[in-house]
Amino acid sequence: MKDLTFETLIAVFEEIFGRGLFWTMVAAAALVTLAFLYVLIRDWAVSWKKFLIAQLSMPVGAVLAVWFVMVMTKSKLSDLGGPVDLIVLLGIASVGAVGMAILVYTLEALLGTKRTKGEVDS
Amino acid sequence: MDRRTFLTAALAGGAVAGMATRGEQAKAQTVRTSAKIVIIGAGAAGMALANRLVRRLDGAQITMIDPRPNHLYQPGLTLVAAGLKPASYVVSENSDWLPSGVSFVADKVSAVDAISKTVSTEGGQTLDYDWLVVAPGLVLDHDAIDGFSLDMVGENGIGALYAGPEYAAKTWTAASRFTEEGGTGIFTRPATEMKCAGAPLKHTFLIDDIARRAGNAGKVNMVYAAPQGSLFGVPIVAEKVRMLFEDRGVETMMNRTLTAIDASAKRATFATETGTEEVDYDYIHVIPPQRAPEFVVQSGLAWADKWTDQGWVECDMQTLRHLRYPEIFALGDVAGVPKGKTAASVKWQVPVVEDHLIAAIEGREGTETYNGYTSCPLITRIGRAMLVEFDYNNNLVPSFPGVIAPLEELWISWLMKEVALKATYNAMLRGRA
Repeated sequence: MKDLTFETLIAVFEEIFGRGLFWTMVAAAALVTLAFLYVLIRDWAVSWKKFLIAQLSMPVGAVLAVWFVMVMTKSKLSDLGGPVDLIVLLGIASVGAVGMAILVYTLEALLGTKRTKGEVDS
Repeated sequence: MDRRTFLTAALAGGAVAGMATRGEQAKAQTVRTSAKIVIIGAGAAGMALANRLVRRLDGAQITMIDPRPNHLYQPGLTLVAAGLKPASYVVSENSDWLPSGVSFVADKVSAVDAISKTVSTEGGQTLDYDWLVVAPGLVLDHDAIDGFSLDMVGENGIGALYAGPEYAAKTWTAASRFTEEGGTGIFTRPATEMKCAGAPLKHTFLIDDIARRAGNAGKVNMVYAAPQGSLFGVPIVAEKVRMLFEDRGVETMMNRTLTAIDASAKRATFATETGTEEVDYDYIHVIPPQRAPEFVVQSGLAWADKWTDQGWVECDMQTLRHLRYPEIFALGDVAGVPKGKTAASVKWQVPVVEDHLIAAIEGREGTETYNGYTSCPLITRIGRAMLVEFDYNNNLVPSFPGVIAPLEELWISWLMKEVALKATYNAMLRGRA
């Protein structure tokens, strides 16, 4: 790759998903992150009850992310050929896991469930 | 922080980020000129250059000439010929990429007069130029294979994926039948210089893999036939391919040039060092000899002492500038340089020509050079590829040394080919990568 700059990377991602979808996804990710930060600042504490559910959802997010990439790219787990492949796989899984945890935590904090309602923070 | 302060802070952060990007865009300096620039060819090279030039030049008259209304993403043809993508995957409209302010002439070039600096088209137009970029691609000489014509592709076990998207799709029709029914499959390459020397290997590996997945590995007899004495131009890669072929059970027929096929008898004729040899096949993949378009030789732009049967444009290896006509540059497949008939090479060549062309307009010398960089994500099976990158000196020049090993079959290299390559290519066409 020549000149793998941030700008090139953005251009490549725009081409992969299409400009509209890519920026919608970026906006969605940014929105969830903002909402998460908002919830943290509003509550000024991490709710361990919410965090438990969020943590439990992490493996689901990891598996979903890996499955999505495998299906989209016609790959199988047996295609992994070297250390870098394992790193990529773990990276995809981690992104899925963390994304899912943040999403679940935020949703629970914003919408609230019976289990966590009545906590000090709400 | 309460809700309002938080939102205000978030908004302010976004605004600052937005301003930073706008500032960067305004930074690119433009050169004022009234130069007439003609680009022959709207393929990967011509289109990418046009998009970069309009951004750098203010007032230039840029004209592109190409007879074809469609743009082809040629790196996708091997995927189409293995049934992994539809034919439409490689086709887009020229107008999708054509920058505004560039005139497009939908015609075929018939001659270039480098003395009076004019380009004539078959439709009878004559265009003056101050600077000319020759990037028409190359011509597939199908007639050079006796008994072969394109209408045979897809039937009787004949494939020819180079010929275009519909032929690549027909190639898959023939190849998929072979992977089910078995028999002898012969995978050829020409004696001339060719587009992407990795593609014949990719087709071999993919068809072998597909037969294997269908449980028919025992039924197919895979044979790779090449006029050269080695499997790849870069010795270290050739050795690796030799090992992979041994592993997959692909036989080789080296020093054999396909000269004729008898479609009804399913028999191919090869020229050997001493005579001819006939081989029966159930599937054959034909890649014909490849040459520069007729007008290049006729207009005296080609090398007089190199590749005389192929007619590539005589140009400097490093700057791609014509050695006799300094106002002419060659770009892409047609350039008479030892390596680099791939889209990846084009990506490296375009900024070099852009630099020297703009420097010349400003009356100074350009500084960028092309080192022969060529890259090939050599697919070795569905889900794995080797990212092979090399230069004029047959040195491996890995983009990600220590991370993506060049001669290792990796999933990440497949991901790059499958997901990122077309996107990078498109970004290149827009002059953004």
